[in-house]
Amino acid sequence: MSPFNLAAINFVWLPILPLVVVAVAAMVVLLAGVRVDDSESEGLGLLTLASLAVAFVFTFGILGQYGVAFAGAISIDSFSAFFELVILIAAMFTVMMSLDYAADNRIPGAEYYSLLLFSVLGMMLMAAAGDLIVIFLGLETMSITVYVLAGIMRRNAKSNEAAIKYFLLGAFSTGFLLYGIALVYGATGTIKLGPIHDALATGAMGSNPLLLGGIGMMLIGFGFKVAAVPFHMWTPDVYEGAPTPVTAFMAVGVKLAAFAVFIRVFLVDFASVGAHWQTVLWVVAALTMTGGNLIAVVQTNIKRMLAYSAIAHAGYLLLGMAAGVRSGPAILYYLLGYAFTNLGAFSVVIALERRGEVGNRISDFRGLAARQPLLAGAMAVFLLSLTGVPPMAGFVGKLYIFSEALHQGYLGLVIIAVLNSVISAYYYFYVLVAMYMQEGGVEVERLNARPALVAAIGLAALATILIGVYPQPYIASAANAFHSASGAEGIHSAALEP
Amino acid sequence: MNGGLLTALIFLPLLGALFILMQREERAIWNSAFIFSLLPLALSFYVLAEFNPHAAEYQFAEQYDWIPAFGITYHIGIDGISLFLVLLTTILITLSLLYSGGGDIEERPREFCFFMLVLETGLLGALLSVDLFLFYVFWEVMLIPMYFLIGIWGHGRKVYAAIKFVLFTMFGSLLMLVAILYLVYQAHVHFNRTSFDLPLLYQVPLTVTEGRWLFAAFALAFAIKVPMWPVHTWLPDAHTNAPTAGSVILAGVMLKMGTYGFLRFAIPLFPTVAVEAIPLFMALAIIGIIYGALVAMMQPDLKRLIAYSSVSHLGFVMLGIFALNPEGVDGAIYQMLNHGVSTGGLFLLVGMLYLRRHTREISEFGGLWKRVPVYAAIFMVVMLSSIGLPGLNGFVGEFLIMLGAFLRIRLATVFAVVGVILGALYMLWTYERVMFGPITRAVNETISDLTGREIAVMVPVIALMLFMGLFPRPLISRIEPSVTAMLARANVAQALELERQPSRLAALSPARHTLNREPEMAAAAP
Repeated sequence: MSPFNLAAINFVWLPILPLVVVAVAAMVVLLAGVRVDDSESEGLGLLTLASLAVAFVFTFGILGQYGVAFAGAISIDSFSAFFELVILIAAMFTVMMSLDYAADNRIPGAEYYSLLLFSVLGMMLMAAAGDLIVIFLGLETMSITVYVLAGIMRRNAKSNEAAIKYFLLGAFSTGFLLYGIALVYGATGTIKLGPIHDALATGAMGSNPLLLGGIGMMLIGFGFKVAAVPFHMWTPDVYEGAPTPVTAFMAVGVKLAAFAVFIRVFLVDFASVGAHWQTVLWVVAALTMTGGNLIAVVQTNIKRMLAYSAIAHAGYLLLGMAAGVRSGPAILYYLLGYAFTNLGAFSVVIALERRGEVGNRISDFRGLAARQPLLAGAMAVFLLSLTGVPPMAGFVGKLYIFSEALHQGYLGLVIIAVLNSVISAYYYFYVLVAMYMQEGGVEVERLNARPALVAAIGLAALATILIGVYPQPYIASAANAFHSASGAEGIHSAALEP
Repeated sequence: MNGGLLTALIFLPLLGALFILMQREERAIWNSAFIFSLLPLALSFYVLAEFNPHAAEYQFAEQYDWIPAFGITYHIGIDGISLFLVLLTTILITLSLLYSGGGDIEERPREFCFFMLVLETGLLGALLSVDLFLFYVFWEVMLIPMYFLIGIWGHGRKVYAAIKFVLFTMFGSLLMLVAILYLVYQAHVHFNRTSFDLPLLYQVPLTVTEGRWLFAAFALAFAIKVPMWPVHTWLPDAHTNAPTAGSVILAGVMLKMGTYGFLRFAIPLFPTVAVEAIPLFMALAIIGIIYGALVAMMQPDLKRLIAYSSVSHLGFVMLGIFALNPEGVDGAIYQMLNHGVSTGGLFLLVGMLYLRRHTREISEFGGLWKRVPVYAAIFMVVMLSSIGLPGLNGFVGEFLIMLGAFLRIRLATVFAVVGVILGALYMLWTYERVMFGPITRAVNETISDLTGREIAVMVPVIALMLFMGLFPRPLISRIEPSVTAMLARANVAQALELERQPSRLAALSPARHTLNREPEMAAAAP
């Protein structure tokens, strides 16, 4: 039960209350930051953190309510709540990583934190979208702010390169998505997700070329956002060039939001025409896993390595997508574990990083275990989870997805995936080699003076272990969330009743 | 009185590992690690004392829900197959810690003890798991500490060896994971119940093709761990570069996880395929026995020599297992224990020599007998045990294995005997080159004999060798019921129409009472 008297608020506004909080906070931060010096932006960060926490609590408040709002534009279900909560967690971790980072690197605090909040707003809108236009609206809100965030270190050439690359390719892919939306609208005559689902479920659509074209275009658009091969080219450069907290935010937040709509549109609404896109996704998943892992092996920069690792993990998630609707809960659970693991790994990268590029090479991790045993231990937890070693969250996630895919008869793809896991062990373990078995590397600066960063690392490590060792409640909530979007209580409740 | 006994056994070392992380002072670290290894040791002896030697089923079993969504339970138990392997683990970990604290490990002792104890938790957990998921978790967990032990405290190309070890093992185990998931899915299809529980999975009906593929996946994972020829190539690198304690545990216990996996999982889960595969696995085992022995003979490095001798000895174990009769399997389990004790002992002895001379090249030694008589005497006993001299432990196991193999495929015994002869040859030749003759290197004149601590490490090893060589009965009688039940449950007896010749066995066997009893038990089993 919610601690708030929700009945007092008009029900129409209730489901978007967390979004309203984030939007208002974004504007307040922007205004409050006018007179704040760039090197003293911690206050703004704390304000951002507090407002995200409030939005988090409000989202908890609407958990367990179902329905649609704004004439079907917003879906209210556990699915949207699940993704909003994880996105907010990712955003809070990002702020915790940014507090010192932003001040040290003279990143303009007001713009930075307010863009971050607007981006979170876009992501939450994507998670809660009930029609294709709102999806597009959320995606654009998220994307445009993230383009700017990637390039917010204005005097850094790599940051600029990242922003321009991300913007050009991103805008191109958004075009595909929008075109796809238009074609699907043309084929089904509606932009609302529920009616699209119903229209396709009748089977009358068959292999309508408009529909197929639309599905294909949307696949490209989402494929770009989740960094699937062959739409992944931007990822390493952007991840490397962007400020590290923004990279973490992209690797986790953007991926969560993109998968939220990807799952809702494809796994739920396009489920009945799965024959048309599941084979394509089979190939894309295999390419994404293999490409990401193989190229990750030769990386020397930790951010690039984590970028390719993020591509590989998108491949495992796409494996779940390809296997169809049954693996929905598995994908959600995987994303939860993935979020904490990656946030933790990037936090450790930030802990090592100093002005410029020092601390970004894998060789900079050498001898870390001897100098900072706890930091190295946390990084080891994240790397083992990324590899999929029990009892970390990453292992249970992989197991869950592989198991569901196997149940759907995707044995070949699962075998490709486990062979990929072996390849990934090589490069993840190489960071362990550097930390534990080699000497040299960089000194970690004033870790004690950065309590927020230390807290982020500690919390992420605890969550990574806890979600893996005792996964039952998280599996249950992932299943509940997915079924609320696809099953009886969700947006399509009327359609699915016999 | 069994509530949580095995759980305590598994997790006490982990608790100790966490406790050690909080220690600062070096002496305190070693002492607390040693004490925390004594606790599970004492517990395992308590389990031995309370163990019902006549029961075939799991004892001290515990089962709780863990991840109900997947039908995964925390189900642990101990039976005759795992009982002595558990004891071997607790004993060898304690001895390794005792040895390593005496100057072998000087860098970062805290992490060393931490990883050793985490390793113990992984090993014990894998041995005691009755749930396939739980087993897989522990199976992977034990990989990580061993990786660090080799990579941090190893010698030479330690990073290469550690990574190779991880990649080889992971390759096999991930394919096994797919097979596990497929098997569980079939259980779901047939029984409408998702469960990783071993007793249920034993009963899943599979088509011939499914069974073959699944067996192949399990067998590959376990064969890499054993290691069987031709997937043994990670072993010499891992052993040569590992620290002494790492080698002891790797050879002593970890390799047994592979053979244990065959006994516990691969064979009883897919009995008909296992029967089909007998010629293949016996052939691979024999190649391993002879190849390992020949390559061992040619090694200039003592540790590499022992590593290849492990390939040979584990070949014997596999030969016994795939005899798929009580003699062979009993012998195989006995030989697993023997190999743990004798090879563990050999690695400890080589480690002691390395500490003194910082080399393991056989050509660097010679004539040591005169300078270090105690060391030479202990080395002699351990070496003779490894060769299989009657009166010491190695003989009993090898004898039973030969017997089992003879009853299955007679020709196999012929080749295996060649392996025994080669084994005696390379061991005695090595001993001669290291211990006898004139002292050729001046440094060897001043080499010091064993310290009190080192003798304390070796005394239990020698005692075990004598006890297991002279009194196999108490061990075999506890191993036997579970083995018989395993073979019967696997319907091997019916599937194979064994050629039993009890009268001849009775005259030859050192464990004849149990062997005589066996046919009735097999007949009585459902």
